Amino acid sequence: MFIKEYFKDIYNAIKSLLVGMNRTGYYFTHHKEIITQQYPDNRLELNLPERFRGEVVMAHDDVNEHACTGCSACELACPNGTIKIINKFDISPEGKKKKAIDTFVYHLELCTMCGLCVEACPTDAIKMANTFEHSVYTRGQLTKQLNKPDSKLRAGVE
Amino acid sequence: MFSLESITTLVQDWLNKTFSPNLALFFEFVIIGVLAIALFAGLGLVLVIMERKVAAWIQIRLGPNRVGPKGMFQSLADTVKLIMKEGLTPDGADKFLFNLAPYIVMMVAMLVLAPIGFAKGFHIWDINIGVLYVSAISSVSVIGILMAGWASNNKYSLLGAMRSGAQMVSYELSVGLSVLSIIVLTGSLGLNDIVLSQQDGWWIFKGHIPAIISFVIFIIAVTAETNRAPFDLAEAESELTAGFHTEYSGMKFALFFLAEYINIFIVCAIGATLFLGGWMPFHIGTWEAFNHIMDYIPSFIWFFGKTFFLIFLIMWFRWTFPRLRVDQLLNLEWKYLLPISMFNLILMTLVSIKGWHF
Repeated sequence: MFIKEYFKDIYNAIKSLLVGMNRTGYYFTHHKEIITQQYPDNRLELNLPERFRGEVVMAHDDVNEHACTGCSACELACPNGTIKIINKFDISPEGKKKKAIDTFVYHLELCTMCGLCVEACPTDAIKMANTFEHSVYTRGQLTKQLNKPDSKLRAGVE
Repeated sequence: MFSLESITTLVQDWLNKTFSPNLALFFEFVIIGVLAIALFAGLGLVLVIMERKVAAWIQIRLGPNRVGPKGMFQSLADTVKLIMKEGLTPDGADKFLFNLAPYIVMMVAMLVLAPIGFAKGFHIWDINIGVLYVSAISSVSVIGILMAGWASNNKYSLLGAMRSGAQMVSYELSVGLSVLSIIVLTGSLGLNDIVLSQQDGWWIFKGHIPAIISFVIFIIAVTAETNRAPFDLAEAESELTAGFHTEYSGMKFALFFLAEYINIFIVCAIGATLFLGGWMPFHIGTWEAFNHIMDYIPSFIWFFGKTFFLIFLIMWFRWTFPRLRVDQLLNLEWKYLLPISMFNLILMTLVSIKGWHF
C-alpha cells in the first residue's frame, strides 16, 4: 500500500536522522574524546601508539649484541632500495668461514616507512621506532649505519 | 531592567528637538545604516569562528586555537587575508553582471533585516505585512545567484547556479506554507503582533502537534533555502568546485561568503520570531511569579539566544548528515515536504477555528 510505505519511509528517515544527531551531539559535548595532540606544546608527555612507524632501528641488548645474520631479506623486501647490506666473512671457532653482517646501511632520506623490511626479517632483528623528528641540516646525516660498531650476532639466533 | 527601547526613544527625542523633522529623519537613517553594517560585520566574524569551532568539536578535534585566546581572533585574520587578495574578473565574463551580483545578494540580506524585532520596541520598520515582505524580498536573492552563475562565463558555475536556483525556488514553497500555519494562529502578518501574541507562551508549545510539524518542516526547508548542510550540492567544495561563486575572489567572494552567513542568521531570526517567541521571554500561561522572574532577563538576550540556538541546530545538521543528490533534494521537497505542509496547514486551520490550542 502506497500510504503505508510513505509513512514508514518518513518514520525510518526521522529515526535514522535522530540516531546520527545523537552521535554527533555526544562528540560535541564530550571534549575528553578529542584526539588532537597539541604538538609542540606537549613534546615532553607525547605518547604515540605502539603501531606508529617512525624509522627503522636495530635492537641491541646490554652486551652490544644484535640478532641480524646478514641474510639480506630486508634488502630484497624494500621497495626502493633504502637498505644495503654489506657482509664480511668471519672465521668461526671451528675454522669454518661464516657470513656475518659488516655494515647495515640505512638511507633515512629514501625510506617510506612502509614496514616491509620489518615483516621480512626472519630473526626480528629490526623494528620501527616511534621517533619522528628527523630534520637535519646536512643530507649526509641521513645515511645511517644500524648495527653499532663492535657489535656482533647473539649466539643461538641462527 | 535594561531596555534598549529607552535608548532609542532618548535618541529620537533629542534629534527631533535639535533639528527639523526631515533632518532628524535623515540622521536616523544614517544611524540605522551604520548600525546595520556594524551588525553584519560583527555577525560575520562571530558566525565564521562559531562554524569552525562547532565543526571541529563535532569531528573530535580542536579547531582554530592559535590566533587569539582559544582562537577567537581567527576571523580577523581571515578578513585581512580576503581584503589583500586580488579580485580577478575572468576574460569573457559579463563585467556589469559579474560585479553587480554580490551586491544584489548583500542588498537582499540587508533589506530583510528591516521588520525583525531584535528587542522590545527595537525594530527598524514594523510594517503590518512583515511576513509577506520577508518572503517576497528573500525571493529576490535567487536573481543574484543566477546572475553570478551566468556572468562567470563558466559551464560549471552556470550549472551550479541553475541547480541552486531550482532548489531555492522549490523550498520557498515549504517555507511559505509552514510560516502560514503560524499566521493562521496569530491572525496578523506583522512581526511585532506575532511576538506580542506569544505573551502567554511560545507558539511551538501552544500550537502543540501542528506547530511542531511546522517547525520541523521550517527548519529543513530553511536549511535548503540557504544552500546549506545536506543540501549544499550547488556549492559543495568537492562537487562543482564552488558552484556559482567559483570565479569570484577577494572582496567579492567575501561578500558572497558574508551574505551566506547573514542569510542563515536572518532565517533563524524569522524562525525564532515565529515559533520561539522572538524577544518574548519564556512565559508559561498565567504563572505570574514565574513570568515576572523571566522578565528580568533583557529581551535582546532572549532574541539572540534563540537565534543562536537555531543557528547551532543548522550547523549541527551540516556536520552530521551526508549530502543529498540534486534529484533526491527535489524529490524530498515536492513529494514529502510540500504535501505534508499542505495537510498541516489544513490541520492547523481546524485547530485554530475550533480553538483546540492553548
